[in-house]
Order: sequence, then C-alpha cells, then structure tokens
Amino acid sequence: MSIDTKTAGRVAKLARIAVPEEDLPVLADELNGILAFMEQLNEVDVDGVEPMTSVTPQRLKRREDVVTDGSQQEAVLKNAPDAREGFFAVPKVVE
Amino acid sequence: MGELSKLTIAAARDGMRSGDFTSVDVTKDCLAEIEASGTLNAFVHNTPEIALNQAEAADARIKSGNAPAMCGVPLGIKDLFATRGVATQAASDILKDFKPEYESTITQQLWDAGSVMLGKLNMDQFAMGSSNETSCYGDVVNPWKVDDRHLTPGGSSGGSASAVAADLCLAATGTDTGGSIRQPAAFVGITGIKPTYGRCSRWGVVAFASSLDQAGPMTKSVRDAAIMLEAMSGHDPKDSTSSELAVPDFEAALTGDIRGKKIGIPKEYRLDGMPDEIEALWQDGIAMMKDAGAEIVDISLPHTKYALPAYYVVAPAEASSNLARYDGVRFGHRASLAQGDGITEMYEKTRAEGFGPEVQRRVMIGTYVLSAGFYDAYYNRARKVRTLIKKDFEDVFAQGVDAILTPATPSAAFGLGEMKDADPVQMYLNDVFTVTVNLAGLPGIAVPAGLDKQGLPLGLQLIGRPWEEGDLLNHAYVLEQAAGFVAKPEKWW
Repeated sequence: MSIDTKTAGRVAKLARIAVPEEDLPVLADELNGILAFMEQLNEVDVDGVEPMTSVTPQRLKRREDVVTDGSQQEAVLKNAPDAREGFFAVPKVVE
Repeated sequence: MGELSKLTIAAARDGMRSGDFTSVDVTKDCLAEIEASGTLNAFVHNTPEIALNQAEAADARIKSGNAPAMCGVPLGIKDLFATRGVATQAASDILKDFKPEYESTITQQLWDAGSVMLGKLNMDQFAMGSSNETSCYGDVVNPWKVDDRHLTPGGSSGGSASAVAADLCLAATGTDTGGSIRQPAAFVGITGIKPTYGRCSRWGVVAFASSLDQAGPMTKSVRDAAIMLEAMSGHDPKDSTSSELAVPDFEAALTGDIRGKKIGIPKEYRLDGMPDEIEALWQDGIAMMKDAGAEIVDISLPHTKYALPAYYVVAPAEASSNLARYDGVRFGHRASLAQGDGITEMYEKTRAEGFGPEVQRRVMIGTYVLSAGFYDAYYNRARKVRTLIKKDFEDVFAQGVDAILTPATPSAAFGLGEMKDADPVQMYLNDVFTVTVNLAGLPGIAVPAGLDKQGLPLGLQLIGRPWEEGDLLNHAYVLEQAAGFVAKPEKWW
C-alpha cells in the first residue's frame, strides 16, 4: 500500500489540516516512509490473537448517572477565541 | 547561590524538618538558578509568586509538624500538566495563551502535599519527539557539554530532564508514552520512572495516546523517585483507568537487598550496530546485580522487534482522535479567516497554523491507519501485535523473573540539529528499548550508570512486574548504589 499525492490530500482533508497543493508530494513521501516501517508488522502471525483493548485487566468502572458538576458557563468560555453572549461563536455553518 | 537547589528531595525534607533551612530558602535558590538558565530554555513559564506563597505556607506546615515528605519541595512541572491560571500549552502554538480553569489531579496532589511550583517546563510539542526539537518554545539544551555543540536533553520530557540535571529544581514531573521520561533521564544522567499504566491519574494531563500515557517523577536519586511517585499515585474517580489498588510506601521498599531475585536479560535487546560502550555498560550492570546476590537469567522477548512499528500505528491513531479537540472553537488558537471562509476552513487553517510539522505528520498517519479500508490492515493488526508483546512479558514473569535489565537508550545524547535531515523513522529508533514497556503497561525506570568516552551520561533500564514499583525501585536502588554515578555537568550556561 502506498500513498500518492491524491491520497495525501484526502488524508489531510480528513484530518482537517490545510496542506498547500505544492507540499503534498513531500507529505506523501514522508507518510510512505513511515508506512513502509509499519509494513514489518505483516511478518507477525496474528491468527487467533485478540486485538488489545485494555492494557490492564480491569473493567472500566461505571458511576451513577447523576449530575455532578455544572453552572460554570464563565469558566467554560474563559479560553474561547470568540465567545459572545454566553456562547462559543463560529463562522456561519448553515446557508 | 544555588547550593540548596542541588539538594535531593530526601535531603531537603530532612533539612527543612530539622530547621537547617526553610522551603523559602530552597525556593529562592531555585528561582535564582532558573533566572540564570535562559540558555538551557528548560523553564518556559516561571511562577515565582506562586512558588514563594507556597513555600511560606509549606514552612508554616513543616513548623507545625506532621508535614508530608514532599512538603516545601520546589518542583518544575512539564507543560503538559494543566495548572490553574498558569499557561499550559503542551509546547504548541495551538494552545497559545491557554490558561486552564482547573488543575490536573497529579499536580493537585503535589500541591496538597505542600510542594512548590517553580514554573512550567519545555517539552516536545504534544509530547511527540525524542530530542525536544519540536517545541513551539524552541529547543531545550542539555546541560552536559563536551565540545562546541549544544546537545539534546532527549524528549519529550527534555525540559524536565535539563532542569533537574542542571539543579534548577529539586525534581520535575514528566510523562512517558513511548520513553519520554526514561530516554531524557538517561541523556542527562538522572533517574526517571514510568509507573504501571493506571498508577497515576491522567486527568488534566494533555492527552497524546491515552492507552500508553503515564506520568512519573524525574529526580536526582532513586530514593527521590520513590518519594515523589508515591505523592503522584493513587486512584482518581475522574480517570476511569486509574487503579483502585492501594499505593504502598515506596521509600520503605528500598531495602537494598535483592538476594535471590531473578534478573532477566533479553537477548532481543542486543541490537546490530549498537555502540560497544552501551554493550559494556549493560555487562557492567549485569555484574553489579550479580554481585548483589541476584540470579541472572537469559530470557527471550520474541516480539521486541515489532514494538516500534506497532507503537507508531497505535500512538498516532490515538493521537489523531485525541487532538481532534483542537478546532479553534473552545480554547487556544484560531486562525484569522478570509472573506467567505466557513467552519471547515476555520478548522483546517487553525490546525495547519497551530500544530507543528511532527504533530501534523502523526495526526495524518493516525487518520490514515484508522480510515475505512486500512483499519484492519494497520490498526487492528498493531493491536494484535501489542497483545503478543504483552504476552512476551507475561511469559517471562511467569517463569519467575522479578525484573528485566536493558540499556535505556541506543546511544548517548546527540547534537541538536544533527537529526534534522534524517527520516522521521530514524528519530523513532531512540525509543527502541523503552517503547515495549508502554505497550505492555509495565513500570520501567532509567538509572544513570556511567559515562561514555566523551564524558556523556549513559543509563540502564529496569523493567518490573505490573504494580510492583516498590520492588522495581529497590532493584534500581541497588543498581544506583553499585554504579555510584555522581558526575554532574560542569556549569557553562
């Protein structure tokens, strides 16, 4: 499997990172280098092996489904690049 | 100035308790050292006012008796830990001006124990890097110097490593996803422990790869590591992966007696092209453990070779998901937009401006390995290999092995900029001895054990059984005593 310029552009788009057209060939090369390194994993016999979901054999604890926090609008908005009238503001989303 | 900043945590604790000096004295010494350490670029946000207030409160508490061991001890905090009202940027422009409204559980525990915050420490951006050259604050410089070159302190906890080795603070917090505590500790000649996954709460620590990330202390001695790790450990309801197991008295575990213990030497860690000095150091370490009465056994961890490629699938996959939150909406940087730009352009421009090149690369690799059609081929396969890597260790521990001894790094510290034109994969090889431990969730510790012929520190790594940090620290203590590493960098900065 190898990444061409078009795939590199698609990955950048999926990752929501703007990459100028002229930088895509270099990006594709770099990604291919890393993927080639990962190809070693194909040498391993993984038949019947469970993919790891948790590194320690513990069950995630469930807590009671109750409200434990809240009413912190000011603190929540404090670091927002654009907060107006108690809300996060973003560019227009719908036409 | 500076004599008190050279203290270990244990010596400072004892001296403050017996009234030889106060926390304010030690803190002022550290602040003066930090002030004069600009060249190292280790501290990036200094908090002298907070430090002096905390030191005064600590002195009052010590005077009243009953103060915990960490009370009054001045620390540096890696920029990855959220500290209320104090810049927390993960060394990234995307979190520029971010001042959290909350405190990470670990730092809160340290402040509750009376510790003193000197400031925030430089690191690789989002903890991604092995040389501290990906930071938005610029490179960190290793206090060790043998010629005209500035050397890397390693990464990602490079600021923590530099600051402790240069005696700017008594100890520092670090985090370790693939070796980010142990590799820099080895590069600067200090001790660094990554505990068992789940020993320390991850709440309030900027996430890189959540199934691998663990915090730990970086200190001037094994005893200090034991004292500080205990203060950082424990269950936190806000991190569902943090363990409910009781935290033992780690310092009490340092008996210096490892007679009859079995130390495993994994043959797969003997790499082609590894410098002779690393091999010689390893042999010295083996001899020291043997002299202390341990039994040395040859072991095999057959999937070791696949740990790095598995890591470079799993870690970027988790990072791409964790870093999706940096969208320019709730906190941090937002790009200025052109007329007609919509929300997608806002995301794309913000992330292109805010993330550095290595972070972008890893987010995109993660996006790719998780994308439809490649998920099984890369991500699921890597998770299966991870299961096998963990099983390698379980098999060895089932044979009665108590600890595993390996080199900490494949080389001594290298020059800043020397890897600039190298392929990213070359840099990843720095983690070859440390990354298996994260994949298996085990505790691992780097202990300084000698100098190479240039005069640069080299470290050995001990790997322990899960949840047996006390026993692991005791093995490290024996190694530390036997190695007798006392070298310090000569002050040039």
